[in-house]
Amino acid sequence: MRLVVDLNRCQGYAQCVFLAPDVFALHGDEALLFSPRFDEAQRDRVEEAAAACPVQAILVDYSDEPTRGAEPHVG
Amino acid sequence: MTPGTITAQITDYANRADPYPLYAELREQPVRREDDGTYLVSTYYEVRNLANDPRLSNDTRNRPPGYARVGHPAEETGLPPSFIFTDPPVHDRLRDTINRPFGPPHSPRFLDGLRADLATVVTELLDAFEGKDQVDIVEDFSYPLPVTAICKVLGVPREDEPRFHIWADALASSLDPRPGGDDGQEKAQRARQDMGAYLSDLIETKRRHPGPGILSALAPDMTPADLEATAVLLLVAGHETTVNAITNTTLTLLRHPDVLERFQKDPDLAVPLIEEVLRFEPPVQFVPWTTALADIDVAGTTIPKGSPVWLMLAAANRDPKRFEDPDRFDPDRKDNEHLGFYTGIHYCFGAPLARIELHAAVPELFRRVKFSGLLEDPPPYRTNAVLRGPRHLPVAIEGLTA
Amino acid sequence: MSADADVEVLRREGRIVVVGASLAGLRAAETLRDKGFTGSLTMIGDEPYEPYDRPPLSKQALLGRARAEDTALPRRREIDAEWRLGVAAEGLDRQAKRVRLANRDTVPYDRLLITTGTRARPWIHPDEAALDGVFVLRTRDDSVRLDRKLAGSPSRVLVIGAGFTGSEVASACRERGLEVTVAERGPAPLVGALGGVIGAVADRLQRRKGVNLRCGISVTALEGDYAGRLRRAHLSDGSAIEAEVAVVSLGAIRNTDWLAGSGLAAGPRGIACDAGCRVFDVNGIVTDDIYAAGDVARSPHPLFDYQFLSLEHWGNAVEQAEIAAHNMICAGPDRRPHLWLPMFWSSQFGVNIKSVGVPSLGDQLVVAQGTLAEERFVAVYGYHGRVIAAASFDGAKWLGFYQQQIEAAAPFPPEYGTVDRRTETLEPVDPAFPDPHLPTHGPTVTLTGHSPSERRVEFVPSHA
Ligand SMILES: Cc1cc2nc3c(=O)[nH]c(=O)nc-3n(C[C@H](O)[C@H](O)[C@H](O)COP(=O)(O)OP(=O)(O)OC[C@H]3O[C@@H](n4cnc5c(N)ncnc54)[C@H](O)[C@@H]3O)c2cc1C
Ligand code: HEM
Ligand code: SF4
Repeated sequence: MRLVVDLNRCQGYAQCVFLAPDVFALHGDEALLFSPRFDEAQRDRVEEAAAACPVQAILVDYSDEPTRGAEPHVG
Repeated sequence: MTPGTITAQITDYANRADPYPLYAELREQPVRREDDGTYLVSTYYEVRNLANDPRLSNDTRNRPPGYARVGHPAEETGLPPSFIFTDPPVHDRLRDTINRPFGPPHSPRFLDGLRADLATVVTELLDAFEGKDQVDIVEDFSYPLPVTAICKVLGVPREDEPRFHIWADALASSLDPRPGGDDGQEKAQRARQDMGAYLSDLIETKRRHPGPGILSALAPDMTPADLEATAVLLLVAGHETTVNAITNTTLTLLRHPDVLERFQKDPDLAVPLIEEVLRFEPPVQFVPWTTALADIDVAGTTIPKGSPVWLMLAAANRDPKRFEDPDRFDPDRKDNEHLGFYTGIHYCFGAPLARIELHAAVPELFRRVKFSGLLEDPPPYRTNAVLRGPRHLPVAIEGLTA
Repeated sequence: MSADADVEVLRREGRIVVVGASLAGLRAAETLRDKGFTGSLTMIGDEPYEPYDRPPLSKQALLGRARAEDTALPRRREIDAEWRLGVAAEGLDRQAKRVRLANRDTVPYDRLLITTGTRARPWIHPDEAALDGVFVLRTRDDSVRLDRKLAGSPSRVLVIGAGFTGSEVASACRERGLEVTVAERGPAPLVGALGGVIGAVADRLQRRKGVNLRCGISVTALEGDYAGRLRRAHLSDGSAIEAEVAVVSLGAIRNTDWLAGSGLAAGPRGIACDAGCRVFDVNGIVTDDIYAAGDVARSPHPLFDYQFLSLEHWGNAVEQAEIAAHNMICAGPDRRPHLWLPMFWSSQFGVNIKSVGVPSLGDQLVVAQGTLAEERFVAVYGYHGRVIAAASFDGAKWLGFYQQQIEAAAPFPPEYGTVDRRTETLEPVDPAFPDPHLPTHGPTVTLTGHSPSERRVEFVPSHA
């Protein structure tokens, strides 16, 4: 499962860090660091975090499948 | 709408159970001047922009003489003003300091660590429903949890928690003047004194024997008076609001059986559902203590420097320009950027705690309790127009599962 | 199908080819499907990976908070595309409407979207660049390699160029406890993007965090040992630094080489397109079947005198991709302009740095909120008496307000009172941008003139 935060939107409210501290972290007072990949054990927390973000900056993709046809086919 | 009376109508108890038609009328004029020079702002983008506007102050001392200066001086309590009524840089320093033991970057797991404790409290409260066919959701469920939560945050020993419940009661009723005497005010005054005395003892103890909770952690960095003010702020800001949030969620679900049915089949719905309640029935309906530091042009109206400004969160949350079909309770709403916890630098300090409480309480309530319906709709409301919520929520129940 | 053929047919059964399978390419593909495009979609990318996110490569991935391999971008939706990954596009035949691949395959298109982005500008001397220990940072593989090297506790890391990426690398190295020297030709870090006044704050920050910062100096040569491992760097002041690792952070080069001879207005400064993302040919005539988006594109912006802006910004890639995708499959009157206000973030040394607008256009600056001394502030840039940009250090919550000021062309300096105003009046100062004709290390917004087919190269590094 993957996520990305639109850090232009993000205003450092850190709501996501409170709710899913294993996936999101603050670096200093305001800069957000996120783990772009997380596992099933974090799913509920990430869902809470994404919903709680006051500026809806968190994009989550729960599909764990590698993208169909995305394997390198060189040649 | 007759000019000059809108604030009176908002505070009029007759509109408490359903203030939304009034807010809809209010939105027709996004920025509205009251006769006394107060400005009410009620549409989403205008409220959001103002809340993020550095020309708007939360320090009511910026108002000209003659206007209410909420939070200043910190009245009878003799406590320093809490950071909700301050502007940067003071605001940011205080908030950062108090945040140190409370949240990231220094203590990112502090609240997460309370989840299990809060779950236990919820279980105990629900166990007590056993054998009943009728409960009051407010008294029996919503009310006790937030006080316990704040006691845990502060580090109040378990055996002292009952005293906090009594004080919280008294403080809440003073916020909620009932017709028939100021018995409540006196009680609240006494509660504040008792609580003050208790807290200074506790802080002293914590200073010598640090324990869990933020008071211990903050004791080395803050004066006892600042600490006491912080504890009172957290209790006042975090109690009634969260009670209302839990109660409003219950009420809204019981009013929307279709959503309730879905929720019971799919507990994951809790996440968007709780956010939608915060949009649909926000526990803090408006923020009436901001002040313009400069002339501010908003939606074609100039709010002159010094004017008191009320930001109508509950009206903005139902602005059709921002939310499609805003009067519909719809947990499937995408990008629900509601203003229930405000926005900008005064964004609710306790929002993560409130959410953790809501997530501990709501899914478990509806998993275990089989409801047969509301016994009174609308339920009786408290008088307070800002912290709006039912005083009681009597419901009939059919049973309880383990 | 001709360029003005029925849009409905195109939407139903057209063939759309995207060259460059990264952020812009992916978001464009998703938008196409979202808007009802049901034809065939081919994603061509020379990297062997599905689209991934680059900003973490210099942050989380070097801080041990994430692995570079784990940065695959979340999908907004299924895109049902044919992926041709690990193979580069090598040429474009506009007459035949075909993209030629490195393996000699050709891929026909009705609409083509070019999102080939940029690559890291390599160290100027190829033999020195090939030394073991010399790195650039643009791709997943770069980040993995650098991380692995840093894990071996090199005695010193030399970062060449103190733009955003270089400064982020330096920050991560310090956090890992490594000794770092940063060599910057300009007078301060970040000077190209934010000017010398704010650069001075970054300067202080770096030094306080233990970076050995050498400004106003260039690296002239990298020297290896007998085994081809980097061991020392020579500087323009005649001194030398012992270092096992050098991270070359001299900005980016646009990936337009493969378009040579195509007749498109594509050169080292990017691919010129109109505000609707349609690519110009060398004659300045707009094509109707070829679009560009993301780091590789340059397009005119009305807020900035209609100059062609080229933006190496994550947010720009997303927004421009959405606009390009929309415009590719709709008729003229329904097309939308890309009027995105430039926006950027960087986190380094524990500070969240953000900007909105184009600071480098500013001729004046005020510190509107907070103070430079506390490293927590909002600086506002003025241009000809109006607000043109704002930059914040740990003040992100305020930027939305200044964004609106920029969009409204509000007067500069701001005359109103605000919270956290530390001086009664705002005395504008010169933001101290280096001479625009001097190359800076890694500016991320470049104003590239008014001409769509402008192909002049300004950055001719003789030495860094
Ligand atoms: C280390 C790092 C840190 C960054 N940090 C930030 C930040 O903090 N904030 C911010 O706003 N931005 C940041 N950026 C910039 C941001 O990542 C870019 O703006 C964004 O990736 C642009 O996306 P794009 O799709 O336009 O181009 P790219 O991501 O460059 O993708 C282009 C793709 O096309 C491929 N390609 C090139 N030529 C060909 C060809 N001929 N055939 C086939 N494929 C080809 C490339 O290999 C690449 O995969 C950072 C970038 C880096 C490298
Ligand atoms: C669902 C429950 C809650 C709601 C809806 C809510 C709502 C709000 C709102 C709207 C504000 C902005 C007020 C303003 O700036 O004028 C606010 C601020 C605040 N809230 Fe909450 N709140 C809730 C729970 C809590 C809890 C549990 C706590 C404490 C633990 C808390 C503590 C605070 C504090 C300290 C502030 C001031 C923040 C500042 O000025 O920076 N709140 N809240
Ligand atoms: S909750 Fe949203 S705004 Fe806040 S830090 Fe997380 S992503 Fe950023």
